Amino acid sequence: MSQHTFILNGQRVTVEAPDDLRLLWVLRDLLGVTGPKYGCGLDVCKACTCHINGKAFNPCSVPVSQIKPTDEITTIEGLADRQTGALHPMQQAWLDHDVAQCGYCQPGQIMAAIAKVRQARTEGREISDADLDELRNICRCGTYFRIREAVRSAAAKM
Amino acid sequence: MRRRRFLGYLLAAPTLAVAAEIGGAAVDPDTAEGAIPSPPEPADTYDLSDALTDAAMPTANLITVQVNPDGTASFALPRAEVGQGITTAIGMLIAEELDLPLSKVTVTLADARPELLFNQLTGGSNTIHAMYQPVRTAAAIARARLLATAAAQWGVPVSSLSVKNGVIRSGNGKTASYGSLARAAASDTVRPVTVTPKPESAFTLVGTPQNRVDAHDIVTGKKKFTLDLAVPNAKPTMVCRPPTINGTVRAVRNLAQVRAMPGITDVAVVSTGVAVRGETFGQCIDAVRALQVTWGPGSVDGESDDTVLDKLKAATPPPAVPPVLTKSIDAEFVFAFASNSALETNCAIADVRKDRAEIWSGLKSPITTQEQIAKMLGLPVSAVTVHVTQGGGSFGRKLFGDAALEAAEISHKIGKPVKLMWHRTDDFRHGRAHPMSYSRIRVNYSGANVVSYEQRHASSATDFSHGLGEILTATSAKLPVGELGFSETVFTLSQSVPYNFGATTQTLTEVPLKFHTGSMRNVYSPNVVCARELVVDQLAAKMSQDPVAFRRSFFKDDRFRAVLDKLAQVGQWGRSMPKGTAQGVGFHHEYKSCSAVLVEIDCRPETVNREVRDGVTGPRVTKAVMVVDVGRPINPRGLQAQMMGCISDGIGLALTESLHIADGLPLEGSWDNFFYTRQWNTPTEMQIVVMPTTTGDPGGAGELGVASSLAAVACAYARATGTMPTRFPINHGTLGFDPLPRVPPIPQSPTDGLKYAF
Repeated sequence: MSQHTFILNGQRVTVEAPDDLRLLWVLRDLLGVTGPKYGCGLDVCKACTCHINGKAFNPCSVPVSQIKPTDEITTIEGLADRQTGALHPMQQAWLDHDVAQCGYCQPGQIMAAIAKVRQARTEGREISDADLDELRNICRCGTYFRIREAVRSAAAKM
Repeated sequence: MRRRRFLGYLLAAPTLAVAAEIGGAAVDPDTAEGAIPSPPEPADTYDLSDALTDAAMPTANLITVQVNPDGTASFALPRAEVGQGITTAIGMLIAEELDLPLSKVTVTLADARPELLFNQLTGGSNTIHAMYQPVRTAAAIARARLLATAAAQWGVPVSSLSVKNGVIRSGNGKTASYGSLARAAASDTVRPVTVTPKPESAFTLVGTPQNRVDAHDIVTGKKKFTLDLAVPNAKPTMVCRPPTINGTVRAVRNLAQVRAMPGITDVAVVSTGVAVRGETFGQCIDAVRALQVTWGPGSVDGESDDTVLDKLKAATPPPAVPPVLTKSIDAEFVFAFASNSALETNCAIADVRKDRAEIWSGLKSPITTQEQIAKMLGLPVSAVTVHVTQGGGSFGRKLFGDAALEAAEISHKIGKPVKLMWHRTDDFRHGRAHPMSYSRIRVNYSGANVVSYEQRHASSATDFSHGLGEILTATSAKLPVGELGFSETVFTLSQSVPYNFGATTQTLTEVPLKFHTGSMRNVYSPNVVCARELVVDQLAAKMSQDPVAFRRSFFKDDRFRAVLDKLAQVGQWGRSMPKGTAQGVGFHHEYKSCSAVLVEIDCRPETVNREVRDGVTGPRVTKAVMVVDVGRPINPRGLQAQMMGCISDGIGLALTESLHIADGLPLEGSWDNFFYTRQWNTPTEMQIVVMPTTTGDPGGAGELGVASSLAAVACAYARATGTMPTRFPINHGTLGFDPLPRVPPIPQSPTDGLKYAF
């Protein structure tokens, strides 16, 4: 057991945990942050997708010891504007397109979608069907088509 | 036409509470007409929806709507919400009848209520069909009572009052909110009352597209599923499971060592394996992997895909009608095992004490689970509280309380509360699955007429012990199908051929094998209908007819024709397509609803051979259009969402999604093994057309589009490649992954997640 410090949704947190404990369990079991969901623990289903310094990653597959004190971890709970509470354009697009069904995968879908739009921008282009095809997140309710529509409309506002 | 009145009750309560009985009005039978008329099959006149609804009628059970002093109305729905949108649709019915904004109606999920007997089962796409009338009746009584209360207070006739957005207004300008009247309108005795709900022609909310009521909670991470609940001291718990289905623990060789592992609080042998409880799930995974267990054999150790298929073929009776003076088509189809695993794995919280137990889990038959747990623990049913939590998908999986039972057993054994989570790998390998099936069809035809249609469907047995059987048993005297068993009854009540194909028979033969099985969304229909629609395309070709024109001319019902005509128009049926691509259509009717699907598929090598890391690609459905007629749509937007999900299911079942059984265990252990549809196989064009109200009777919808979607993709594939597929999914013959080990039963989580950050 050792102490691990990082920035979680804008707040510095310190937590006592074994070095090899995956960050997902630090978030869910030790810190009570339950927005990121367990769907496989294998970096496959992507239900736990969060951001590290603005990039999408899966905390189920990262030992907490790999997180540095300066790393900013953002979960779905920390996505809305911290001052005004306004939803991120991707969250709003999810509402506008009524994307969710059961909702279990959707926090991860939203976090991945934001990163995918940013990635395309960094590469100097707008999001395309080929980019959307690269989203690996499983949605067992099969909301994929509405996800595509929502990501496109959010991208226009990001 | 005189509007019907319905009976309900004012309940004795401090605030206005009203109730109505579950049990819908009689439904007029459909009528059949056409070329060579087929005698109506049982499902034509009395289907599973009727059986489920009628099962409710003799039991005096009540659903209750309450109007609160804060102006909201609340209702504890005795059903499970698993993503199908029933909390939204039921909220709409209440809001409509009360003239309240939808945002002021709160629909929660009722705990298990054993007094409801058969009426707390979520299945068969039956919720709206069964709840439509009683929910409206209760809400209408509440509205009438509120109006009467205001009229009495103001000394004016009720007829002079109007309601808008939960505010009552008198002719002379007085106003009162529902909230301000809620206590005054309450009754101090239980009293029966009759009421006439609002005429459907006056609906302003029902029938209009509405967003999910929990959408905001979902996109902000606030929606709570079972594993998100903070129940005191309910610590993470997992189970080390056997290398073959139903294998048993003979010995644990390192119990003391695992008990001493960091963070582990308890290790105990239970009926399904070895349970571990700890501070975090990560430490539970470590402990499960560290356990050295000697396992006894399971229940299907000798079974693999091929052995099961051999048994199915051997059990299938041959076609009975010989081709005399007719031509015939004979065809046979195989459908692999498919997992109904949801994204939320099996999970439950249990807190079992000496004299009572409390359970939290997403359960579609909570009364059955409650009774099973009470029996297992030796407690009276009344000492077992079962909370139905919001479910992260079901697809049939949550019909069974497997995780709730297991959690209760573990909590009982170690004497502490537990939060049980199944590992993903276990959920595929030891969770329930839709069993393999084999369908043999013979059609005899002469000239432009079809003389007979026979379908012999054989399946490894489906477990219906969650209580659906009970429901059907309870109504069996009323069923027109005689002395059939549960599975056969479900099959007979759900399967009917929509075409006038002369003498028509469809039969089910089950082979009892001890796999973990259960219904999967749309139960028998996807496989039965896929086989049928492929043969229909063959028939059309033999008769030199267009597939849509052929179906049209043989349909039994004008309603089916209208749906198909709309589909052909919106989907641009018959447009010219490049070689290696094609359109296909599929049709299915069930639950007093019908749907037709048109897809375009691309089977060209450059598409089929796309590379995706650890994924399968294959043919891609590039466009999907569905037209759906549910009799009376309640929430067209929710309906569209359900139908899009059905398309995703149909694509997966046709092309990529199956379990490979080898020596008593599915080989699949992750979502990169079990290939449910992913973004790279999702159509880039999709349109769902909801037909306006037709019959006026709200039919079922949750599962409706799976069969038609699977059939459409299969038919399109046949047309694009020139070869009718006979084994599903089409890629089942190729194992597209390296199977995970059987021991230890679950893989360790990777440590290189940051490498894939983007």
